[in-house]
Amino acid sequence: MAVIETDRAPIIARATDDSPSSATLRQSWEGRPGVGGWLATVDHKEIGKRYVVTAFIFLIIGGLEALVMRAQLARPNQTLLTPEQYSQLFTMHGITMIFLYALPVLSGFSNYLWPLLLGSRDMAFPRLNALSYWVFLFAGIFLYSSFVVGKGPDDGWFNYVPYASLAYNPGPNIDVYALGMVLLGISTTVGSMNFIVTLAHTRAPGMSINRVPILVWGTLTASVGNLFAVPAVSLAFFMLWMDRQVGTHFFDSTAGGQPLLWQHLFWMFGHPWVYAIVLPAMGIVSDALPTFCRRPLVGYTAVALATVTTMVLGFGVWVHHMFASGLPILSLSFFGAASMVIVIPSAVAVFAWIATIWTGRPVFTAAFLYFAGFVLLFVIGGVSGFMTAAVPLDWQLTRTYFVVAHLHYVIIGINVFPVVGGVYYWFPKVTGRLMNEALGKWSFWVMFSGFNVAFFPMHILGLLGMPRRIYTYASGLGWGTTNLIVTIGAFVFATGILLFFINIFLSLKRGQPASANPWDAASLEWSTSSPPPAYNFAVIPIVASRYPLWEDRLDEGPERSSVGAGMLLDRGRETIGTTLLDAEPDVILKMPGDSYAPLLLALAMTAAFVALLLHSRWGFGIAAVVTVLTSIGWLWPERSLMQIETGHD
Amino acid sequence: MIERALTERTTNEQAATGIAIPGRKFPVGSKGHLASGWLGMLTLIATEATLFAYLLFSYFYLASHALGAWPPSGAPHLRIAVPGTLILIAGSVVMWWGERGIKRGKPGQLMIGLAAALVLGIAFLAMQGFEWSGEPFKLHTNVYSSLYFTITGFHMLHVIVGLLMLAVLLLWTAFGYFSADRHSAASIGVMYWHFVTIVWLAVFFTFYITPRLG
Ligand code: HEM
Repeated sequence: MAVIETDRAPIIARATDDSPSSATLRQSWEGRPGVGGWLATVDHKEIGKRYVVTAFIFLIIGGLEALVMRAQLARPNQTLLTPEQYSQLFTMHGITMIFLYALPVLSGFSNYLWPLLLGSRDMAFPRLNALSYWVFLFAGIFLYSSFVVGKGPDDGWFNYVPYASLAYNPGPNIDVYALGMVLLGISTTVGSMNFIVTLAHTRAPGMSINRVPILVWGTLTASVGNLFAVPAVSLAFFMLWMDRQVGTHFFDSTAGGQPLLWQHLFWMFGHPWVYAIVLPAMGIVSDALPTFCRRPLVGYTAVALATVTTMVLGFGVWVHHMFASGLPILSLSFFGAASMVIVIPSAVAVFAWIATIWTGRPVFTAAFLYFAGFVLLFVIGGVSGFMTAAVPLDWQLTRTYFVVAHLHYVIIGINVFPVVGGVYYWFPKVTGRLMNEALGKWSFWVMFSGFNVAFFPMHILGLLGMPRRIYTYASGLGWGTTNLIVTIGAFVFATGILLFFINIFLSLKRGQPASANPWDAASLEWSTSSPPPAYNFAVIPIVASRYPLWEDRLDEGPERSSVGAGMLLDRGRETIGTTLLDAEPDVILKMPGDSYAPLLLALAMTAAFVALLLHSRWGFGIAAVVTVLTSIGWLWPERSLMQIETGHD
Repeated sequence: MIERALTERTTNEQAATGIAIPGRKFPVGSKGHLASGWLGMLTLIATEATLFAYLLFSYFYLASHALGAWPPSGAPHLRIAVPGTLILIAGSVVMWWGERGIKRGKPGQLMIGLAAALVLGIAFLAMQGFEWSGEPFKLHTNVYSSLYFTITGFHMLHVIVGLLMLAVLLLWTAFGYFSADRHSAASIGVMYWHFVTIVWLAVFFTFYITPRLG
């Protein structure tokens, strides 16, 4: 091969997937076949799919846990579960849903979609991307390791000390939670770093910051939030583990420690986290809903700003707790106060969605139903959140089912419905086949009605004084019938989700083949084939507006994006690096190839955490050495990536 | 180049017209601050700095709730910490000088800088170890000792990671990997090393200076 130049003017050409240049691209970008290639791949599309599938598996597990709980609570005085089992179930349900489903599923969407939305060939750090997935997977398994032998975390997902301290909770239950969360934090952090740099550096030429899709804003905001929030919870869990296993006293009030320190660190993380699991989902709606309303989103700038503002306020809420309200409320009105603050920016978004539907010409597809349903649930959740946020009411309601109702309205409404709608929307892009519309509408109506039957009456249970986290209740309290309705609703809701999964399996095999742009949508991912080739785009597109594929129709100006002609960049794995604000090209980026290093590093780090759990110094030492060596190997400068001087001779 | 462009044409693909970037040359691969790794390191530093902020927050939080004297055994002495601080700062300075060398195409200067920073970093670690062994308390003595060993321990861990980076960079420089045009890895490592120094200043100020202010 010829010497690679240190500087080059990219060839600008017109090309499609059938051009000879694309054959070259295919060769450079496609991974090896077989198990080896599967384990080594760094393709963002592959990783994104794995993220989504894994997160859905956790959703199913968490859902089954919930159904068992609901079976237990269907009637008074039942004995299906012991109190200890119930504690582990609601804790694992919370952990699973919040940490192993809600954020990872959105990371999956963004991993798959970002480079396609941004007109790029991969994420900024493809190997880091693979690492983030593997660590997530292993952390999930780690977190479940003690539950399967009956010793799972049992102190609720926010794990307050002193109940989580060694004195009250001597088994491995809490240690597994603590170490598992530190491990999971690594995955979240490197994933967030990757999103931030990807946005800053790899957008298609012309995609200035005010032209990126709202999903990108959502995930970016979530990632920046995570970067500053995750260290708090990782540290809190690590200190807790040290208190329990190495004899420190951070949370131990008998030796000058403070149990409240736990709550501070946990909620410094918790507030931003709640936004991290909703903002990208709101982004999904902001991007996909307009397609079905046949018009651009109303108020793009307002929605983008609202997204960012929400996160800033998310950090602010904690400060407010810290200095204004005194401490006890901190632990109580988490979802409530968060909702109060979120109201203004959320209202902006809600008005934008409603106006988009109102002024558009809605097409009632299954995906549209999910997005419209989401808007409705968002409003209901907002109102009940506002109620819990009012402090006197809060004291009344906080430990009751009212809170359980509210948090499910918020999380399922803002996360699950958009995610399912998003799957209906992007499924044809990912698989090349459309999902079944009729079954899709059925699944929506079953889910939507089941959801409301399950969770709306919980508000009433709360008002009737039924506390949360009880494993059973006496008859004669007047809660029996309502609980039965709730349980029935839960099973109906679960059936709706089941229908959705059935639809996926059927459509994978027999779905109608999809064209590149089956919905006639506006953004870049729909300009490439369905499913996209390994290299995403035959040429790097050049972007001239927010809606590159709708320009002729909208006719907002003389400028046109170019999706069929642009930089070829076909000499190995390459994409274009652009500037932060205006997305002007400034460097040709060489992208790394497939590698086992991410998997190996993830295994080594997981082994280190297992060794900590088992108090194995040797094990930890070996795992640490492998971690260091793998990292060095990973970072070794490569001539083919032009990290090393090639010499001018 | 021209040959390729021509083959493109002959395969019936017209070059598009009217696109704003014809013919301009761009650097290829990891070059200086244009390398994604450089931005990546900035984000890593942001999150790590936050980690230390939370550690120091915990210190101040627990200090402000302490019932007796804080620190319980009096302010830690400065005999070792001050020289240690100066040594770390000196390490950063020589590193800065070394990086300046490679920017001007002098790998030798980078190697001297790396080697010197490595020696200074190891000296810092040794002094910290000495200070640790001389403390009248142990990790489990009280909440202050827990904080002291954990926070300085976290920092030492970062020093160790930084030293590993410097050592590997020294090796790579010796292999002739870096030049005036290509040295992102070195710049990224050096940035981390500066970060380790700056964090120490915050830790030093918290543990050694603030008890003397009150
Ligand atoms: C089939 C759907 C679901 C049902 C039937 C369900 C039901 C329940 C029940 C019965 C509880 C325990 C209440 C208590 O005893 O205090 C609970 C708690 C919880 N659920 Fe769900 N849930 C479902 C889906 C979800 C989803 C999708 C999420 C989040 C993405 C979620 C997040 C939570 C959280 C965070 C808790 C609190 C756990 C704790 O108290 O520590 N749930 N849910």
